[in-house]
Amino acid sequence: METLKEKLVETESKASIKISGAEAVIRCLLEEGVDLIYGYPGGAIMPVYDELYKFRDQLHHVLTRHEQGATHAAQGYARVSGRVGVAMATSGPGATNLVTGIADAQIDSTPMVCITGQVPRHLLGTDAFQETDIIGISTPVTKWSYQVTKAADIPTALAKAFYIARSGRPGPVLIDITKNAQFEEFDFSYKKCTGIRSYKPKPVMDPAKVEEAAALINSAKKPYIVFGQGVILGKAEEELKTLIEKAGIPAASTVLGLSALPTEHPLHMGMVGMHGNYGPNLLTNECDVLIAIGMRFDDRVTGDLNTYAKQARVIHFEIDPAEVDKNVKTDVAVLGDVKETLQHLLPLVKENKHEAWCREFEEKHAIEYDKVIKNDLFPAKEKLTMGEVIEKINKRTGGDAVIVSDVGQHQMIACRYAKFNQTKSNVTSGGLGTMGFALPAAIGAKMGSPDREVVAIIGDGGYQMTIQELGTIFQTRVPVKIVVLNNDFLGMVRQWQQLFFDKRYASTELVNPDFITIAKGYHIPAKRVTGREELDGAIDEMIASEEAYFLEVCVEKEDNVFPMIPTGASVSDCRLE
Amino acid sequence: MNKTYTVSIYSENNIGLLSRISAIFLKRHINIESLTVSECEIEHVSRFVIVAAMDEDQVRKIVGQLEKQIEVIKAYYHTDEETIYQETALFKIKSDLLFDERQIQNIIKNSNANIVTVAREFFVIEKTGRRHETDALYDELAPFGIMQFVRSGRIAVSKAEMNISALLQEFQNA
Ligand SMILES: Cc1ncc(C[n+]2csc(CCOP(=O)(O)OP(=O)(O)O)c2C)c(N)n1
Repeated sequence: METLKEKLVETESKASIKISGAEAVIRCLLEEGVDLIYGYPGGAIMPVYDELYKFRDQLHHVLTRHEQGATHAAQGYARVSGRVGVAMATSGPGATNLVTGIADAQIDSTPMVCITGQVPRHLLGTDAFQETDIIGISTPVTKWSYQVTKAADIPTALAKAFYIARSGRPGPVLIDITKNAQFEEFDFSYKKCTGIRSYKPKPVMDPAKVEEAAALINSAKKPYIVFGQGVILGKAEEELKTLIEKAGIPAASTVLGLSALPTEHPLHMGMVGMHGNYGPNLLTNECDVLIAIGMRFDDRVTGDLNTYAKQARVIHFEIDPAEVDKNVKTDVAVLGDVKETLQHLLPLVKENKHEAWCREFEEKHAIEYDKVIKNDLFPAKEKLTMGEVIEKINKRTGGDAVIVSDVGQHQMIACRYAKFNQTKSNVTSGGLGTMGFALPAAIGAKMGSPDREVVAIIGDGGYQMTIQELGTIFQTRVPVKIVVLNNDFLGMVRQWQQLFFDKRYASTELVNPDFITIAKGYHIPAKRVTGREELDGAIDEMIASEEAYFLEVCVEKEDNVFPMIPTGASVSDCRLE
Repeated sequence: MNKTYTVSIYSENNIGLLSRISAIFLKRHINIESLTVSECEIEHVSRFVIVAAMDEDQVRKIVGQLEKQIEVIKAYYHTDEETIYQETALFKIKSDLLFDERQIQNIIKNSNANIVTVAREFFVIEKTGRRHETDALYDELAPFGIMQFVRSGRIAVSKAEMNISALLQEFQNA
């Protein structure tokens, strides 16, 4: 590979040594500070696995039960730790099984490096056994990808991979290594990548834009902040909190922004979006200045763009220039690293309080509480609700747990009601909505934050998409807590069928297996709860458990998640029932 | 309103970039009308020239997505008025006609086309110009019979400056 295009700096191991490409892969990972990877072996990656055996004391490999599980575990690890997750697989089916996780990481900006084995160079293009064009397949869903066909290119390719995955707006990178390159010997030395001439990870901040933003914020009567995961990725949680407090601005989060600001913060007004809170959605169309920070105006957040915040002047703090004006026309775009731009903004912002404006949020909250929240969290009916389970978990963990949710009704309920005291606590598949994400992601999350409680909230549908990862939990003894909220339906789809398809429940009813027996088969302590009186005790037992624990809660079958903005409707049309 | 835009991309010369670039158009269901890749004025830097019809909002977003690609140094878009552009067309015609049909020689002369080669069986005319010019020549030659016809993608330079060398220099000095 050309080196005038990359800036590489020598790390400790200066002296070059003659080693195989496979060993070089491991040494590169170690140079990047990686001590844990997820993967699954197979023919085309076997030389690397052979080296993993030799280096097993320095580099821990977790054998998942499916390559998709390896990617989600790497994602969960990355999301809680802020480090790059690593997943490895063989060629062909191993590589294609990574694609869902890669696409998920791409749309949710998760730093991940995937390493795949490939058939030997001389067989490329011959439809050899287990040959797939994984570079071609993964191109649209990777931040970068590269095929290595000779050993000498491995260090530069991996150095670039890690640099690209974690810098700027993070994302997944795939490095495909032909088997001959793994066997070849060459003189190894490692240089970390610190720059690529065609790649500008962070746009340079324009102080004039920051000043413009400050002036607009200072003149606003009803300013409103909507923040996203960019705040977490940019490590700007403190700056966000200071801004909100200093200028007295009410704030709401996107799904992925949750936990960037403690849930209980008095100016944290809740969540925006399709199943977000009533006030944050409605008042988007009442504010005079909308300050978007590290978020990308996803359609699930905005609803109909023609009726979204048309009255407001829009300020967008963003690292990715391609996001500016992509969906919502901005008045002031503040490009750059959000920590840096907010730090510049803070001294320019006047202290303020917007009490009457904040009261509007509280009034809307009171309406939502009465119509929705009360019934979700403290139901008067006999059957258990998803909301009360989350509420009990909040009580028991105090809001200190990492909550990993899958996709569906339980996810929206978890995001709506889980209490988060600290950042990087909400791990969910936001942009792609990948069912099957939570169980493997919880494994990665626990390994990435071993001192924290990690609770996975999963539906009975999604659970069965990656249920095989119970094997990984059993083998690694990773103490994750698994809660399946069982409604015997693909609940979210059923809800849409009820609301928009006259209750024609086509293929959404699930005839489920005995989940307790399955968990027990993996020697994971398990309990099923069907009545309210058992719930507290079961959650206590689960949280108190030192090892993994499986809790199935049988909930009301046909509950719906509200508020709801039907697809294509305006944020002003947020329905409470 | 849809318009013809010329998108110019300066990039590192990398296998796979072409599919990344075409995927960006594909994902938005925009048809690439022509595409040309070549080395440019800077060593080891490639230049893509892509012509597609879309509205300005779309082309602006596409250029944003293009610039996000790791190997893309810079991307631009221009309207026809903002560029100097040309295409080349080749016409393969039966040799007899060159001698039997006096008219053909006049057509070639009047259209500023060149005869590239004359063989026993056929001769080849080259015409460089705007699309309507090569189209006009096609229409004139068609009645005589065209054995083969091919037209290149558009090549274009912008009237305004593109500061690629400065951009690359910046990296070298950083
Ligand atoms: C891989 C995948 N396939 C299909 C869907 C569409 N989908 C979204 S939510 C949902 C139902 C989820 O059901 P369940 O896991 O039981 O959770 P619930 O909604 O009942 O809480 C489906 C099928 C998806 N998001 N992901």
